[in-house]
Amino acid sequence: MSLTLNVNGTDREVSADPQTPLLYVLRNDLRLNAAKFGCGLGQCGSCTVVIDGKAVTSCTLPIMLLKGRRITTLEGLGSPQRPAPLQQAFIDMQAAQCGYCIAGMMMRAHALLMSVADPSDAEIRAALEPNLCRCGTHMRIIAAVRRASRLAHKSREDAR
Amino acid sequence: MTANHRSLSRRAFCLAGGALVVSFPMLLRPGASHAAALPGSLSKAPYLDAWIRIDADGRISVFTGKAELGQGIKTAIVQVAAEELKVEPVQIKLVTADTQLTANEQYTAGSHSLQDSGTAVRNAAAQVREILVGRAAERLALSKDRLRVARGIISADDGRALNYGQLVEGDILHIEALPTSPLTPPDRFTQMGKSLPRIDIPAKVTGGAAYVQDMRLPGMVHARVVRPPSSGATLLGADTGAVSHMPGVLSVIHDGDYLAVIASEEFQAVQAMHRLAQLARWQEQSRLPPQSQLAAYLKGLEAEDAVVIDQRSPVASAGSRMLEAQFTRAYQCHGSIGPSCALALLKYGALTVWTHTQGVFPDRSAIAEMLHMPKEAVRCIHVEGSGCYGHNGADDAAADAALLAHALPGTPVRVQWMREQEHLNEPYGPAMVTRARAVFDADGVIGDWQYELWSNTHGTRPGPAGTLLPERLLSAAFTPRPQQVHISPEGSGDRNAVPSYSFANKRVIWHFLKHMPLRVSSLRSLGAYMNVFSIESFMDEIAAVAQIDPVEFRLRQLDDPRSRDVVTLAAQRFGWGKRTIAPNHGIGFAFARYKNLASYCAVACEVAVEPDTGDVRLLHATCAIDSGEIVNPDGIRNQTEGGLLQSMSWTLFEAVQFDQTRVTSADWATYPILRFAHVPDSIEIHVIPRPGQPFLGAGEAAQGPAAGALGNAVANAIGARIRDIPFTRARVKAAMSR
Repeated sequence: MSLTLNVNGTDREVSADPQTPLLYVLRNDLRLNAAKFGCGLGQCGSCTVVIDGKAVTSCTLPIMLLKGRRITTLEGLGSPQRPAPLQQAFIDMQAAQCGYCIAGMMMRAHALLMSVADPSDAEIRAALEPNLCRCGTHMRIIAAVRRASRLAHKSREDAR
Repeated sequence: MTANHRSLSRRAFCLAGGALVVSFPMLLRPGASHAAALPGSLSKAPYLDAWIRIDADGRISVFTGKAELGQGIKTAIVQVAAEELKVEPVQIKLVTADTQLTANEQYTAGSHSLQDSGTAVRNAAAQVREILVGRAAERLALSKDRLRVARGIISADDGRALNYGQLVEGDILHIEALPTSPLTPPDRFTQMGKSLPRIDIPAKVTGGAAYVQDMRLPGMVHARVVRPPSSGATLLGADTGAVSHMPGVLSVIHDGDYLAVIASEEFQAVQAMHRLAQLARWQEQSRLPPQSQLAAYLKGLEAEDAVVIDQRSPVASAGSRMLEAQFTRAYQCHGSIGPSCALALLKYGALTVWTHTQGVFPDRSAIAEMLHMPKEAVRCIHVEGSGCYGHNGADDAAADAALLAHALPGTPVRVQWMREQEHLNEPYGPAMVTRARAVFDADGVIGDWQYELWSNTHGTRPGPAGTLLPERLLSAAFTPRPQQVHISPEGSGDRNAVPSYSFANKRVIWHFLKHMPLRVSSLRSLGAYMNVFSIESFMDEIAAVAQIDPVEFRLRQLDDPRSRDVVTLAAQRFGWGKRTIAPNHGIGFAFARYKNLASYCAVACEVAVEPDTGDVRLLHATCAIDSGEIVNPDGIRNQTEGGLLQSMSWTLFEAVQFDQTRVTSADWATYPILRFAHVPDSIEIHVIPRPGQPFLGAGEAAQGPAAGALGNAVANAIGARIRDIPFTRARVKAAMSR
């Protein structure tokens, strides 16, 4: 079955079983690497993407529910050449060990920063609570989100 | 990411599988010594071009047999090579563990990578530089002291210059290394000792292809396995026909107790796997011990006793006070966030496996044996996966991919385990029981220390037949060899079982358990985590009886200066003895030198305990670490922070649950780990520089001390000792009401 998904601002035609979880379509049909398979159960957050401004686990979300929704993956924020403030912040803080959970963490943070420009540590922790990291990079992840908020603020100021 | 295994040069191919020595004329330098005397892994692969190659156009390739596991080894190896070659890190292409391209450095484990591979690369690079400078001196007819090297260009004081590419001819780097190298002195480092940003992070934060999970080979198909619901279950039957007609299904594999499906699309494979699992009928056995009596069960198992140390001092006066305690640790998961994954392709009789194994060479041997193929026909290439923290499902998934690709020649097969498959089938960190007994005098001086541990081996990694899970399920099954106890300097279950304190008498016994109720293997730091937890908890118990401050108590019995340095520094930076402790808060301290021969680490921490719930939160930790010569300070801090938090998660939350038939910890709901609510407010890592000293490795130094400090802080907070890991809320509440 053919279906149109809006991913990172572009309409993409995909041909897949409507029950297919979004994660498989992102990774296999659209060849996007960032969202990761972690549990398939919505328990770990490594597949997190942002849909219409909200962070969701793409591993449990069938594509048939996504017509007309705006899906953002980590690829939609920036590139190695032109990293978004959030990506730059994670590089600056060296906020990864194995990095497998990081894309999901960043999308969770992205959703937070869209609704709260300058979150407190408590707000960052609460927002990231659904996501698991096994390497113990938590301190750096929190610091990177804090830094991203500052970098985004600065780039908004610079744009004025 | 694409496969490039057919684009190898003949030369690279000849380097594979030990063929090197016969493929080229032996170009031994006069005085080249016996390989065993060479530094690091040069002793295993003595030729310089096994580590460093330079093309005529100046391109530099560095080869390591170690694998990136998220510990940052790629970056550190590049720094070491860049330092000694006098080039910029960006000029280096790094090739990691690959049975066809790199030296056989066995496993990437035991915090050995810098010690083994970093040392080899550093020495090889320095010798390569020296050879090239010598060549340049000849060409330019100048003495070497009139030449300078930077960015791979050798410049003379008269303005002439040659680059490395112009100086490399034929096989000039195909010579055996010398035992000593013109190493750059630490005060002239420009690359080492600096926090070079990790080279792998930009791709990981922008959606680049970074993991084996991200590989997409042309024509690739997707496989899923169906595992027995419990260890020892036998397959009575499965209606594979019903599954083979499902959409996209290419093949259903049924061999003995081994079941798998292969489909064109990934979600089709997932659906077929679910159907096959429903249709499979298994005969299970109830043969696991009751979980609540695990410690007694382990102690009751037949054991082979091995003496780890028996040190008796004739002059010792043991003292008049005695204390005894028993500690336990549950089975624990590696719990990789990404379940294991591998790809394989059988083409023209040659099998290539892309895997996140920690040991491409041992894995290759095991896979070749499983498939009755010659080793030379199997190539294992390491591609990063989710962090593994030891021997997880990686090797078994590689074996799955190999088996399935073998059944489908010419087609690349990708196998992805599901979450519950990783949780239920990974080899766990072994459950352990330890018992400590000390006799000490009124000043707390310990004259006699007796320590016993009950544990399986902590190493069942691939290599020998029967170590790969799929091998055990096939109709022509391989049976694992019985485990043997082996006492070594680095230790296994007995790692760090000998305290590094200066007690007059020390006797340590490993009651080595051969029967393995649950399959176990290496989990980061092996026995060190539990042994250091036990020893450091017990040290605090003795200090409390002797009424001596825990830090002072340790220092009194610690002779080694570098050990004393980390203890002193951690205590000082934490403000030990100067902090005001709020009600229901507690502070704790612990120390260990990893394996008693690697990095030194001391941790001081503060916890808060919620009396109503028994919930423990680590608020702050200060850690001092000495891991020898520093290559990348931020890398050491990152690993140490991570080790600390992971150990905190193990200690507070983690136990594999099982009934008498099955493991029931199948996901993150049934095996909870650390989440953000329990992340500390702050962690400080202080790295002690030791210029000119050997690399000691930093990946596993913190786990034991972190657990010890946490246990001591909880005891300090609640006034009662918890000796069983994990510190569940129920256990904390029970201890509080004692």
